[in-house]
Amino acid sequence: MEQMEQIKQTKQIKQIDQMNIVVIGHVDHGKSTVIGRLLSDTGSLPEGKLEQVKMQCRKSSRPFEYAFLLDALKDEQSQGITIDSARCFFKTAKRNYIIIDAPGHIEFLKNMITGASRAEAALLVIDANEGVQENSRRHGFMASLLGIKQLVVLVNKLDISGYSESVYNGIRSEFTMFLDSIEVSPLEFIPISAREGENIAVKSDKMPWYRGMTVIQRLDEFKKEKPLFHKPFRMPVQDIYKFTMYGDDRRIVAGTVSSGKISAGDEVVFLPSGKKSEINSVEAFNSPVEVSVSAGRAAGFTLKTQIYIHPGEIMCRTGDELPFTSTAFRANLFWVGKSPMIPGKKYKLKAGTMKASVYLKEIINIIDASSLDEGASRSEILRHDVSECILQTLKPVSFDRFSDNELTGRFVIVDGYEIAGGGIIMEPVQESLSYLAEHAVRRDYRWVKGNVAMAARHTRFSQKPRIIVFTGEETLEWEGLAQALEQDLWREGRNVYYLGLSNILRAIDNDGPRASIDREEEICRLGESAHLLADAGLIVITTISGLDNYEYGMLKLICEPHEILLINAGIVSADTIDALSIDSGLEAGEALSKIKTSLRDRDIIPDFQI
Amino acid sequence: MIILDELESQSIYILREAYREFKSLCMLWSIGKDSTVLLYLARKAFFGHVPMPLVHIDTRYKIPEMIEYRDNLVKEWKLNLIYGMNRKAIDEKRTFPDGNVDRLTCCKSLKSDALRQTLNGEGERFIFSHSAGKYIPDTSREAYTGVIVGVRADEEGSRSKERYFSPRDSESDWRIEDQPPEFWNQYKTDFSSGTHVRIHPLLDWTELNIWEYIERENIGVVSLYFDKGEGIRYRSLGCYPCTKPVESKSKNVPEIIEELRSGRFSNIAERSGREQDKDGGGTLETLRREGYM
Repeated sequence: MEQMEQIKQTKQIKQIDQMNIVVIGHVDHGKSTVIGRLLSDTGSLPEGKLEQVKMQCRKSSRPFEYAFLLDALKDEQSQGITIDSARCFFKTAKRNYIIIDAPGHIEFLKNMITGASRAEAALLVIDANEGVQENSRRHGFMASLLGIKQLVVLVNKLDISGYSESVYNGIRSEFTMFLDSIEVSPLEFIPISAREGENIAVKSDKMPWYRGMTVIQRLDEFKKEKPLFHKPFRMPVQDIYKFTMYGDDRRIVAGTVSSGKISAGDEVVFLPSGKKSEINSVEAFNSPVEVSVSAGRAAGFTLKTQIYIHPGEIMCRTGDELPFTSTAFRANLFWVGKSPMIPGKKYKLKAGTMKASVYLKEIINIIDASSLDEGASRSEILRHDVSECILQTLKPVSFDRFSDNELTGRFVIVDGYEIAGGGIIMEPVQESLSYLAEHAVRRDYRWVKGNVAMAARHTRFSQKPRIIVFTGEETLEWEGLAQALEQDLWREGRNVYYLGLSNILRAIDNDGPRASIDREEEICRLGESAHLLADAGLIVITTISGLDNYEYGMLKLICEPHEILLINAGIVSADTIDALSIDSGLEAGEALSKIKTSLRDRDIIPDFQI
Repeated sequence: MIILDELESQSIYILREAYREFKSLCMLWSIGKDSTVLLYLARKAFFGHVPMPLVHIDTRYKIPEMIEYRDNLVKEWKLNLIYGMNRKAIDEKRTFPDGNVDRLTCCKSLKSDALRQTLNGEGERFIFSHSAGKYIPDTSREAYTGVIVGVRADEEGSRSKERYFSPRDSESDWRIEDQPPEFWNQYKTDFSSGTHVRIHPLLDWTELNIWEYIERENIGVVSLYFDKGEGIRYRSLGCYPCTKPVESKSKNVPEIIEELRSGRFSNIAERSGREQDKDGGGTLETLRREGYM
């Protein structure tokens, strides 16, 4: 075994380092030429490619350009500007690079961000003759928002200005001032001519005034980013696997560890639900048994106790500093959506593995990314804007500040079917009244009542209205029980109604076929329907799978003033003290009588009929 | 972190996202080294299981050893394998070179069209019955909305622009000029009905990474990749009329790795043995816009 480990280690030492870098900057400032040069000067082109492209140029009698090499590698059919981020592969003596060519045209900003968000380091190209342009600034700013810490600025096309030191210095000081204003410090400025290959792979003799590194030397100096080993443990739960159909009884909590380290025996807490357990084992296929897992690894765990948790929660370690849990946060957000982001509209927030409904609550500031002028006051966030704003979610979400933990401090916004924006979280915001509470207050204020008092309904029906909610892991099993309860109470003469969740989803506010209705929408619709029926004096019975404490809270809020009796069937889903628990093993008749006893104890149905 | 560990974690993350987000999900398995690595990664992601069907497009021109290898692995790993083909085109001999069409048309009908019909449920599908030990007609007409594919960005130009989650419309068309944004590890997982999404967990792997991983994890691949003493082997697998072996004396995985790192293949494109890539510029991009893998 030990010997095997050794063999594995020596093999790994032989492996070559690999790094993703992105080349950004204003359109036509020479990004593709820089990449073409890098590929060609490091001998990374496929055999015969250079000759082939030169030949094609001769045939079509246009001068050869290094940028054509890139087009040839990318099969780019519409010549000219780069539309999408494409990857190229090249290698130096030190390591292999995946180099991402990002479009400089504003129209393709979303593609630029897509490319840049995959990168560990960036080369920002500025044309010495055109100087600092709108997208030089915008891309510099975006790189910092995306969390790229290693930035090198290439001042290109110096051949045209006769390799002038003063031209270079002018640009250098202008851009440094700009970067200072957004708190970005570049590692270096390099004067180059990509077309002539000056200071790319070989030190230029045309610019003796420059004593720094060539582009390739500088690339090789970039530090490989390390996973966040030393931060508190975080693992966004991606899924809970139970492959019982393959005869596998393990219940595995799966996800990729974003920071820190966890070991078997550690106590863990899932946020936002707050449920606790202990790591029982680290699970893996075809690997030696391990007891701990660190940042960066796609992992799986079994827990000591069976608790019900949703994908999207963050698994943390008890004792570590925990993430914030809140229904609002302040963010720096960039928007690339076709339509503007507007207050009051529902969007989807995705952060880690979590999804939640989100609203734009307040625009604090709009930053014109091209000039970085602050203070444009607008009521909506337009395409290509960067905004400091407050976002509000329906239910509490857990996150870190980006400055504390970048992986759990960033998010994207989905508008309809499309990712339309993204951003980083600055800090949580305390709210006086949650979105849902506000809604309930408004609704009740405007609620039009008939002339029959609730007390009169109690007397006539010999019952108090109540909403009985069955929840558990597999609702199907419990639907039968819920329906049996309805029938039983009906025979007793109660006014009772079984509310099927799927009926509501199909019937209410249905705007045609949709891919999916999200979970929060489900709960809101269920709550509103139940609220209405209870208001009519009925006992309402319904089932919903895996209701957690927050969702239960949402439901309670929507159903007010009517009360809910929660029945946890099987594995405990919402662990509130007022819930009734029914074991999986319990026979249907016993379960029914247990529930009915509880209804009597709570005075929902009286012991005797009047 | 070692690059192979990074790549492995990223691929597993993508596979798990796909499994979580798509109710009707399948994985294409071409029998080649890449999709076999992908299959192995799925077993890692799902702790020994492959919880989605594997789809193989049979052109009837696949090198016979590939089919034999496929069926052996299906039995050994208890895989849920479905295959489909464009029987009409094969019967009508709209094939290359023994039929009357060129390479591109052959690729389009035997691969792209077959794939589209197999995925949307319109074409005939056959499923391996483990109890009967043979393939039987697939009675399900289910259309797959998520399709996991083992393409890599370093293979050729059009693949270098791919997204990890790449939507296709109902005609399988790829709108290369208007691809969805992907920020960090957040992918497009919401889509209107009629679209399906191609999922690419191996996008950042290079050919060398694949072989290094095969060596490290000791994954079995079809023996066509190795020289059996004649000084030739396949570097990339496809249909026999359009796939030529390359001259190479690599007899095992370590020798292939050496050949790719510093040997004669370090600067020669992997698909140099694939003829459909050669018919002028942009051919493969055209094929891929219309649904080719």
